[in-house]
Amino acid sequence: MSAIQNYEDRPWMDPEAEPFIKIQSVSKLFGDFVAVDSVDLEIYKGELFCLLGGSGCGKSTLLRMLAGFEMPSSGSIMIDGANMTDVPPYERPVNMMFQSYALFPHMTVEKNVAYGLKRDGIAADEIGKRVEEMLSMVELTQFRKRKPHQLSGGQQQRVALARSLIKQPKVLLLDEPLGALDKRLREQTQYELMALQDQLGITFVVVTHDQEEAMTLSTRIAVMDLGRFQQIGTPTEIYEFPNSRLVAKFIGNANMFEGRVTENSPDHVTVESHDPECQFYIDHGMSIQKGSKVWIALRPEKINISKEPPANGNANVIKGMVHDIGYLGGTSTYRVQIGDGRIVEITSPNQVRPKDGTPPIDWDQEVYLSWHASSSVVLNK
Amino acid sequence: MNTGKRSKFLFSTICFGMAFLYIPIFLLIVYSFNASKIVPVWGGFSTRWYGVLFESEEIWASVALSLKIASVNACFATLLGTLAGLALVRFGSFKGRTLFSGMISAPLVMPEVITGLSLLLLFITLKEFIGWPDSRGFNTITIAHITFSMAYVAVIIQSRLAGMAQDLEEAAEDLGARPFRILTDITLPLLAPGMVAGWLLAFTLSLDDLIIASFVSGPGAVTLPMLIYSRVKLGLRPDINALATIIILAVAIGVLLAAWIMFRQQKQRELELKMSEES
Amino acid sequence: MNTEAGLEAGSGAEVSGSMLANWANHVIHHHWRTLVLLVPFIWLLIFFLAPFFIVFKIAFAEAVIASPPYTPMIEWVDEGIMHIRVVIDNFAYLWEDDLYVNTYLNSVKISTISTILCLLIGYPMAYAIVRSSHTTKHILLMLIILPFWTSFLLRVYAWMGLLADQGLINDILTWFGLEPVRMLYTQFAVYVGIVYTYLPFMILPLYANMEKLDWTLLEAAADLGARPATTFVTVTLPATIPGIVAGALLVFIPATGEYVIPDLLGGGNVLMIGRVLYNEFNANIDWPVASAVAIALLLVLVLPMMLYQHMQGKETESR
Repeated sequence: MSAIQNYEDRPWMDPEAEPFIKIQSVSKLFGDFVAVDSVDLEIYKGELFCLLGGSGCGKSTLLRMLAGFEMPSSGSIMIDGANMTDVPPYERPVNMMFQSYALFPHMTVEKNVAYGLKRDGIAADEIGKRVEEMLSMVELTQFRKRKPHQLSGGQQQRVALARSLIKQPKVLLLDEPLGALDKRLREQTQYELMALQDQLGITFVVVTHDQEEAMTLSTRIAVMDLGRFQQIGTPTEIYEFPNSRLVAKFIGNANMFEGRVTENSPDHVTVESHDPECQFYIDHGMSIQKGSKVWIALRPEKINISKEPPANGNANVIKGMVHDIGYLGGTSTYRVQIGDGRIVEITSPNQVRPKDGTPPIDWDQEVYLSWHASSSVVLNK
Repeated sequence: MNTGKRSKFLFSTICFGMAFLYIPIFLLIVYSFNASKIVPVWGGFSTRWYGVLFESEEIWASVALSLKIASVNACFATLLGTLAGLALVRFGSFKGRTLFSGMISAPLVMPEVITGLSLLLLFITLKEFIGWPDSRGFNTITIAHITFSMAYVAVIIQSRLAGMAQDLEEAAEDLGARPFRILTDITLPLLAPGMVAGWLLAFTLSLDDLIIASFVSGPGAVTLPMLIYSRVKLGLRPDINALATIIILAVAIGVLLAAWIMFRQQKQRELELKMSEES
Repeated sequence: MNTEAGLEAGSGAEVSGSMLANWANHVIHHHWRTLVLLVPFIWLLIFFLAPFFIVFKIAFAEAVIASPPYTPMIEWVDEGIMHIRVVIDNFAYLWEDDLYVNTYLNSVKISTISTILCLLIGYPMAYAIVRSSHTTKHILLMLIILPFWTSFLLRVYAWMGLLADQGLINDILTWFGLEPVRMLYTQFAVYVGIVYTYLPFMILPLYANMEKLDWTLLEAAADLGARPATTFVTVTLPATIPGIVAGALLVFIPATGEYVIPDLLGGGNVLMIGRVLYNEFNANIDWPVASAVAIALLLVLVLPMMLYQHMQGKETESR
């Protein structure tokens, strides 16, 4: 590892970088209900940060506190060095794109986009110029005189985006920005959004419940549950190194095994599981007590499925029987029954074309499941 | 077989119900063209009662008074009812909210005789203490009508506000609009159709009211319902049939026109939506 | 000299004018919430709440031949002693006089039976409207609402012509060789009048309630083997109870206090509270008794009125 690191794309790694948004022990209570439970978060300039979680996890409340629609019950919010905790929405250097787009139905596209600039008392010709620029950027110039209800869903989404970007906010908040679009449009728009963010350099904070969306879009993701952050990290960190069973299960699929640590040395760890009977060998050390209870998470695509037993000994192998096969074309999903009746899911690419149409692995066949010593994730909660 | 029997039953229910609702009105119109002075006895076709009606200065005076009261009432009731609806839906909880919401919805279910009696007693008491209102008529009827019409307007406004997505107002706030700006830029324009509906309802309620007006009116101020009532109390009158026909036709034309305009707008919208999807 | 003074006065007015505008601007931008709330609030306090206190006050006073024709409730006797005179005679009078008691019972009876009749006619109509096709539904609904916009008084008047001794119904009866029946100025005419005018009040809440129903429930019940009658009793009826209650209250409450219908169609034969109150006040000029009648009428209606408000409150909350 070289001593001089390039922090440009990873400002959170830079020990000297100043966070752009600083959320300090913020809580929000609605009556007795704790929507957000004393969270701390630092977001850096130019990030595309995702708040990911199921409904009612507190992600939207946190976003609304950043926008100023909700005041924190306690804690503070700083944006670009200024305390924003008690500043009303209309004075914050932050704009929001609503999930419903919230386009003003009685105003044309042009007037919707111009609205924010008008409120700032900017001269009419300046407003006209900037609206024009913005409309041509989102390719809506020909629709400028239309009302929102005369536009398609994708066009409405772009009007909403243009309207929230025109004031050049320090932070753009996006509440489920792609939620209302159909699947194909969503994928296309994802990349447009990323390109736009790159071009403008504005810090984006996105709320979403869609993990795929979060993984493609973001520089970092915060996984939220019950008003708290479960894990904050890059998409790779969150997927490959989840810190809890909850995160492992929420992001992608994971097969979970319960076991006990039987050996803990600096260069490897072994875990013994009885349900099913199996030994896990992990090729790196970790700070964990010998004898303590742990869970092993194994991603479906990290498991190798074969008819012959693998060559490398007894560890990291389970014998099972194919229960079900889901053929998806490029990949197949195997559901394999092991030992006592548990089902393990394996995703495997179909690299070889079967000669006579029969798949290499068939229903009710006995198979061996194996994985690399670095593939399993040890979790203690 | 079974559904056939049921739909036949439902169909005849509708026919019977509509006949029940419309035959009396239809006959009212037919008999306005009766030449005979005795309403139920047909004496040939004539329009003479319309002539009688148009010559009556009394009728014109009461029509003018009723229209004047109805329009002033509708404007004030729309204003006050809109304010009340805004306060109830958008201000959250405030001191006296229960009292306020009780007072705004009570006139909807209050028997007219009680509202009329209590308001008259108020006007009499006020006159005794502050010397106002020195005479009862246009002012007192209008005030009484505003008091109960604003409740209806408030209900319309409340339901429109409750149905209006709050994120529009939040979006405006987010873009830099202060609360009063949000009210004038977003909330009120979106409430406009509700306010129009409220205005029309208040106008009609005022035109239709007999009892409250009878209580709070003074000598010389006779509204149209009061005049009609004083005439029909003694029996059937062909000129009232003619008057009823004119009123019913005016209302029917107004309602059909409104329905047609709404239908046109709906079509226009659908067309525009189609265009946007194609483009 | 003259022009100078004129100029001064002019500029003075200008200054105070712009100050006033500034002040108004300031008030609107900073205290508009208070204004929005206070204007209707104060209006209702003066013109809705205060009158009720006056009615209460007068109901507990004695009738005297004077102007106003009642005794004051609070009198300042010599030496500053406040003397509160409360007369419950008016209520005792109502209670002891058979006429009033019968009027009350009759009003409640008439409005109850009318409510049931409205329900029996309105329920199948609402059901039929809900189940008809999209366009028909809108046309039918408009036809139900349309009479609302025409004069209530004239709709009652229309029935006078139908029910009169020489009216159309009796004409038809005679034509068939039957004896004419006296209908106008009887209790029957009052029922017809109330059902006719208040039927839309029953149909509309029922329609609103049925419109929200999940009609696949009926199919599910039929699929599980319920006959139409069973389905109706076990599924449809319980699901439409909120609509029935709302509709019933909307008919019962105004019908109880009704004045025009018993007066025009019932003549002198049908006694209802609304009429007694009106006559007591305008013909007998007995304000205390009229006020006592008003309070007694409120007592009859306060429960249904509160029930209705409670339901409305729940409705808006659930939205």
